[in-house]
Amino acid sequence: MDTSVAYLVLAAVIFAIGAVGLLVRRNPLVMFMCVELMLNAVNLTFVSFGDDMGDLGGQLSVFFVLVVAAAEVVVGLAIIVAIMRRRPRASADDLSALRG
Amino acid sequence: MNAEILTFAIAGAFAVVGALGVVLARNPVHSALFLVQTLFSIAVLFIAKEAYFLAAIQVIVYAGAIVILFLFVIMLVGVDQSERLDIEPVVGIRPLAVVAGGALLAGLVTVILTVEEATGTGIIPIDPDATDIEQLGDVLFTDWVFAFQLTALLLTIAVVGAVVLARRPRGDLQPMPEPAPLVVEYHRALAAEDAGPADDGEAAEVEVEEADE
Repeated sequence: MDTSVAYLVLAAVIFAIGAVGLLVRRNPLVMFMCVELMLNAVNLTFVSFGDDMGDLGGQLSVFFVLVVAAAEVVVGLAIIVAIMRRRPRASADDLSALRG
Repeated sequence: MNAEILTFAIAGAFAVVGALGVVLARNPVHSALFLVQTLFSIAVLFIAKEAYFLAAIQVIVYAGAIVILFLFVIMLVGVDQSERLDIEPVVGIRPLAVVAGGALLAGLVTVILTVEEATGTGIIPIDPDATDIEQLGDVLFTDWVFAFQLTALLLTIAVVGAVVLARRPRGDLQPMPEPAPLVVEYHRALAAEDAGPADDGEAAEVEVEEADE
């Protein structure tokens, strides 16, 4: 079996698990972790394609995805801290304050 | 069996088990630790794909910084109690989510298996003589320096935003608007559940009786 195809399938499996977790779990922190899973699956795809095609662009994209993910986690966790401080035990379904 | 396939099989199995653990663990702390397992396995796969710099960054930034940040927030806001996974928050969401995830996976795998093999040279060809960190640095600080500076700006804004959001508000701030009626009901129900375990017990008994019938 060709290993590059196996890498892509593995990334697809991790992405799907992350997507299901995002839909099923209601704890905002765990939902965030599922988003990280999906981002990592995409990173694995980037690196795999970059290696197959002999292109540095894959690794370059992963670098930028990492930085943006770090920024996203920082802001997201700050929002969660702010919400949990006002309403302990809040689940993702309670956060409708921005609804129009 | 050669070394590449063996590495892939072991690291891939660890990554999938970790990913399942993140979704299925009841305690958020366990989810975070399973996430470390997956991230570390993916770092191993990066090394197998000759992305040594990214593997190091993956361990340092993801497993080192981001997961520690997660654990820090879990401890700080005190939501480390287990979630009650036996209650479905929205009726019927779990079967639907599994079906949607299965469809997503089937679609992705179909595309992967049907398209032609990705070959040829890309826009930035890899030089096999130079190390990957050398090449990445070269590209980042010449062709992509504008994007690189934009990420610096993004990180600065994120840090300022995090400080503003997480700062403990003092006196003069405007009060938060009243939550919607539905949310108030929800919290009243939660409070009632906390105050009277007797209600919970009765409800459980009713459920058991129904199950017996």
